[in-house]
Amino acid sequence: MKFRERVLDNGLRIISEWNPLAHSMAIGFFVRTGSRDETTVISGVSHFLEHMAFKGNEKYQADDVNRILDEIGAKSNASTSEEITKYWAAILPEYLPQAFELVAGLITPSLRQDDFDMEKNVILEEIAMYEDLPSFTLYDKMMQAHFAGHPLGQSILGTPESIADLTSEQMREYHRDHYVAGNVTLAIAGNFDWEEVNRLADQCCGWWPAGEVDRSTFEAQPEPGTLVFPKDDSHQQYCMQMSPAPPANSPLRFAAEVLAVIVGDDSGSRMYWDLVEPGDVEVAELGHYEYDGSGSYATYVSARPEAVELALARISDIYDAVNSEGVTEEELERAKKKAASRIVLRSERPMSRLSLLGGNWIYRGTYRSVEDDLNTLQSITLKDVRELLDAYPLGQMTTVAVGPLNSLDGPVGVPG
Amino acid sequence: MQTQQIEVKTWENGLTLAVERMPSVGSAAFSILVPGGSNYDPREKRGTATALSELLMRGAGDRDSRQLSSALDDLGVQRHNGAGSSHVSFGGATLSDSIHDALRIFADVIRRPWIPDDHFAAVRSGIEQSLLSVEDEPRQKLMVELWQRTFDAPWGLSSDGSLECLPNLTIDGVQGHYEQCFRPNGTIIGVAGNVDIAQLQATIDELFGDWEPRPEPTFETTPHGPSIDAIEHDSAQTHIGLAYPSVPYRDENYYAAWAAVSVLSGGMSSRLFTEVREKRGLCYAISASLNTLPHEARVVCYAGTENDRAQETLDVTLHEIHRLGQGITDEELNCCKARAKSALIMQQESAMSRSGSIARDWYHLQRIVTLSEVRSKIDALDVSHVLDFVHQHPPRDLTILTIGPKPLEVPSEIS
Repeated sequence: MKFRERVLDNGLRIISEWNPLAHSMAIGFFVRTGSRDETTVISGVSHFLEHMAFKGNEKYQADDVNRILDEIGAKSNASTSEEITKYWAAILPEYLPQAFELVAGLITPSLRQDDFDMEKNVILEEIAMYEDLPSFTLYDKMMQAHFAGHPLGQSILGTPESIADLTSEQMREYHRDHYVAGNVTLAIAGNFDWEEVNRLADQCCGWWPAGEVDRSTFEAQPEPGTLVFPKDDSHQQYCMQMSPAPPANSPLRFAAEVLAVIVGDDSGSRMYWDLVEPGDVEVAELGHYEYDGSGSYATYVSARPEAVELALARISDIYDAVNSEGVTEEELERAKKKAASRIVLRSERPMSRLSLLGGNWIYRGTYRSVEDDLNTLQSITLKDVRELLDAYPLGQMTTVAVGPLNSLDGPVGVPG
Repeated sequence: MQTQQIEVKTWENGLTLAVERMPSVGSAAFSILVPGGSNYDPREKRGTATALSELLMRGAGDRDSRQLSSALDDLGVQRHNGAGSSHVSFGGATLSDSIHDALRIFADVIRRPWIPDDHFAAVRSGIEQSLLSVEDEPRQKLMVELWQRTFDAPWGLSSDGSLECLPNLTIDGVQGHYEQCFRPNGTIIGVAGNVDIAQLQATIDELFGDWEPRPEPTFETTPHGPSIDAIEHDSAQTHIGLAYPSVPYRDENYYAAWAAVSVLSGGMSSRLFTEVREKRGLCYAISASLNTLPHEARVVCYAGTENDRAQETLDVTLHEIHRLGQGITDEELNCCKARAKSALIMQQESAMSRSGSIARDWYHLQRIVTLSEVRSKIDALDVSHVLDFVHQHPPRDLTILTIGPKPLEVPSEIS
């Protein structure tokens, strides 16, 4: 594995990790923009724009983009989060020139009016689709509630109303302001020729307008609260809770990940043994979500409606015990082994390395090899976990529930 | 394409081990198929095999549930287990150094399980909640119901059973299922990764070589549910499921069948994506795939559309399925071939994917298909071959199921 980087004159940064043993390669453009960079009026524009990227530019129509990506057998897609819009393709190394031109072309789409009008229907369908998925509905409502008043609380999809009202002119303006070279990172992983990458980048991206984009990354200060969204025809109760945790650039983030494995992994964790193994709930998990400047512990529970309040109270007890007594050496060592195995296994494919490569750069401005991550993981001690818990105790500050219940009256804990 | 090093060994007791050595990865993965799936569940006790697969992980050999889980975690084994129609399966991946120890633990799980009484209620409760969650997600529910209406029982029945059957499950029934079905004859172990083939064969010999074979149990098949049906549900979208017969993996025309589905729904330039989503904006999710059992197969399509436009989605989808027989272009077939070639080469980067593939190959074909063999079969396809296949296997005997506020109109000539 070998890391190389370069910055074009217009500010586009190229980062690459070369793996001569790989059979394939992956390229991805990471645009540092997402729903947190929107205003209420244009809510959902980042995600809608990501769809519009595939409608082509001056050279290629939508049909061409889709056809050529298929002709070279590319696995390609795009995604939009609160903070990053990324466009990527996994390909065989011999197809790099065609793939590069097409994926780079996604960053400068024409945004034709008729395509915009047609794609609006697809976006509205996507919103409707997620309405039929309780766990997604829950996440969306959770983010809005926990980060209320903070940019992270802005919906990725937008609402049917904001999408219906959005104009192509507003999208063009958003694109002009956010898709500037200094706000884009090109990541490449796998088996490729660095010189060729540079030549293609000069040719396809050298003309992009320069520019930087500011983003306010103040740490969210959520207020405690509980929101219940009754859904009469639902059978299970779906519940999510969030509480502040280390942000993406915090040195405590590795400890937070290990802590989440110990307390709320989907197997072998404290929550698993206490709640899932006895069959009291279907799912009880804890995750660490990291964002630019903020972070959260996210608790997810799916249980029978009559069981959910007690389950949340028991989770509260687990968190209280961890906050006051910490975890054991045995738990820590086991969680480190689990996490290390995950790091190694997910790094075998260029496509998954690409995500980590791009994410590390956007959030932390740094390159981290698999070995770097493994070494940091191995170095975590009980003292680090204590430091984490002192700064960010586990908690259940914001609660959102979707299901048959009209209210949650049980003892929902709030960290002191 | 690199030459693959694959070796297969079948023991006298009928257990087969297929190993693929992948020197460029650092991991090793396994896929173990034991022929005791939900097909063997008594019809009124559906879900028994699933309950068994859960209970098997709750104590085996000299380890209780926690010790078992901890031992696997200490080896860094990422794993999953579950019951399908034909097998109870165990899959996992870890660093290649740990593969032998991981297999030792799974040998305990498969041969020396506790199947503890005192965990039965908890396991049943977990299955019940998982069934309730399916009720809450119309798309998942649609697929479960569609399967039951297109494949004869028990092949089409959900391995999780049903809310009606679940109270009938007993621990005695679960233990009996183990006694009756778990056996070496028909068990397939696929391992892929950075492993030494001879060493692995020796480990499997030690762990499973003395396992006594048992007679193969039987099950009865009964007809599937109604072909044209609608389930009323107050959902945001109408969820449309559609299925029609194709040929299974073992059929000589399988790759032509695969190409036909791939033209319909292989990539972003495929027909359903282009006609239903790109040109008409009717849905976000639309797909078709070829689903194969050993003896039969179906093309299964899904689309989800807001209720007032759902009829148009169904009409356009049906039109595209029927239009396939009118012609396929070279360009379309070339796209399918290119996608297949990439996918095959990328498979060589994933031990998990290869271990699953070689185990499935053995189950369906009793041999392992190398990636270069697949490649040459796909390269050999031409448009006339694929079209001949479509003409010989037109979309007929369709199963159509919708879940949404109101039923859709199904053209009478296909019902």
